[in-house]
Amino acid sequence: MMNLVDTSRDPILKDIRHRKMVDFLFSVAGLMSLLFALITLLALVLDLSITGVPRLNAEFFMNFPSRFAEKAGILSAWVGSFCVMMTTAFCAIPIGVAAGVYLEEYAPKNWMTQLIELNIVNLAGIPSITFGLMALGIFVYKLGLGQSILTAGLTLGLLVLPIIIVTTRESVKAIPSSIREASYAVGASKWQTIRYHILPYSSGGILTGVIISLSRAIGETAPLITIGALTFVAFLPTSPVKESFPFVSFQWLSDPFTVLPIQMFNWLSRPQPEFHVNAAATGIVLLMMTLLLNGIAIYIRYRFRKKMKW
Amino acid sequence: MAKSSSQKLTEFTAADHPVRRLRRFKERAIEFILFLAAASSVLITLGIVGILVTESLPFFAHVSFKDFLTDTEWTPLFENAHYGILPLVCGTFLSTFIALIVAIPLGTVAASYLSEYISGNAREILKPILEMLAAIPTVVYGYFALLFVTPILQKVFPEMGGFNVLSAGIVIGIMIVPYVSSLSEDAMRSVPNHLREASFAMGASRFQTVFRVVIPSAFSGITSAYTLGISRALGETMVVAIAAGMQPNLTLNPTQPAATITAFIVQVSLGDLPHGSVGYQSIYVAGLTLLLLTLGFNVIGLWLRKRFQERE
Repeated sequence: MMNLVDTSRDPILKDIRHRKMVDFLFSVAGLMSLLFALITLLALVLDLSITGVPRLNAEFFMNFPSRFAEKAGILSAWVGSFCVMMTTAFCAIPIGVAAGVYLEEYAPKNWMTQLIELNIVNLAGIPSITFGLMALGIFVYKLGLGQSILTAGLTLGLLVLPIIIVTTRESVKAIPSSIREASYAVGASKWQTIRYHILPYSSGGILTGVIISLSRAIGETAPLITIGALTFVAFLPTSPVKESFPFVSFQWLSDPFTVLPIQMFNWLSRPQPEFHVNAAATGIVLLMMTLLLNGIAIYIRYRFRKKMKW
Repeated sequence: MAKSSSQKLTEFTAADHPVRRLRRFKERAIEFILFLAAASSVLITLGIVGILVTESLPFFAHVSFKDFLTDTEWTPLFENAHYGILPLVCGTFLSTFIALIVAIPLGTVAASYLSEYISGNAREILKPILEMLAAIPTVVYGYFALLFVTPILQKVFPEMGGFNVLSAGIVIGIMIVPYVSSLSEDAMRSVPNHLREASFAMGASRFQTVFRVVIPSAFSGITSAYTLGISRALGETMVVAIAAGMQPNLTLNPTQPAATITAFIVQVSLGDLPHGSVGYQSIYVAGLTLLLLTLGFNVIGLWLRKRFQERE
């Protein structure tokens, strides 16, 4: 049947067709950009796995680094990473949570608060390597802490502090004011309200922030190289348990160390491909830990969102 | 309740009761401790700026400021030392520029798509996957650049060596896509719906609405996303240290090896430099330069944001 109007010549319909075409092309471009990101992620994981997975056996975890690629392992690196993470968590969590609670619950609206808030936003943009330079100048030389686990933990603690502060603030902010008012109404003081209501209810969000900040810290390499972490460590830190009184020792805090990403970097910067296999295997371990931590964080956030119904 | 009997029971008025005074003191003390924690974040910034400046100053007793800015060689650890920052700044800009060519189109398109084209459920799944790109340790990206991207690029540019800025830049670009897309998407989604509806009502297509209504309205947030992306790219260390070779090289050719400011700091830190030597000071000068560059871009971003907000 013939149309009454010749649609192919109508300029308005032509324009509409053109717009729909552009619209469609753009949605394809959007899909492609997401796909590109996904494919890159897959390529990265597959490339690492193909090279590295055959190398992952018990000896790889229980051996010290070695001149011989096939005998080398990551024992000192994963123990070092674990010790540094403990120190980081220990120094960043109390300060970060306290700062977040202060900014959300106490801070008056004045220039000091504004300065602190502006500063926290800006800290996120400061290159991580300058944290390393600061730690080298202040912790290593001025305070004489040396190139130790303590220095590394403090450095990474400061680096992830803004993440913890921001997530604490967000989860404290999400608690409705009716909870606070109910607590005040039965005579609780401000601190009691925070201690028994605000902190427990926001603990899910805070925990998420802590885990994400640790996953960031575990892969951080540059600041630790800057403070002078060793790249070849064939010993473990001093044991935290002693045979004599008081049975605990903090000697390990001042021991030299290496961490997983530095070990990986060290193997990667050697020309022999056998060491690149070790680097790939270390990369898988790092990647698994990061993805695991992120997965836990997503799960906790999901659980708490379901549980909390104000 | 009779007034006289209550006075007999206690000599103190309610507000003065010792228990209350103690409690008030405790509340004050806690508030002060929490304030100290918040204020400590300012100390970090002061510490960084302070140590970079004080450790850099002695450097300029050895090297004139003019040489530092105009000399075209950076060889502080050689016998015949040259201290021209230009090759390092050039390498930093080159890798950042390549990264932005990758990240800004990808990130912006992905953000528009996530915010305007797909449903909430699909977004809830896709966004965390995209953000996973930002969670991968940078040293793993270095491996990827050196042993995956470079061999592919060598098929396109057969004369290119194993170390080059191009692969490092591309990989940094992929790495910062989530920084650009996540913040941009947040900004786009906070654009009120009635603006979109008005645009549709005028007969605009979705594409036209995105580019003429949503993106201009979200410009301020998108600018902060770009600024954060640039800051990340400027300060990225491990990818360039691994994949770009650590040779200061005054070139704009991305197939050549080069060193960035950050790669130089890593290179020096891997060696054993005595505290107070010129080499030691040179990493602080490099760090200070990096901080100033980052600050510069952030100020430009802030200026753009302010300028645009005034017009609203």
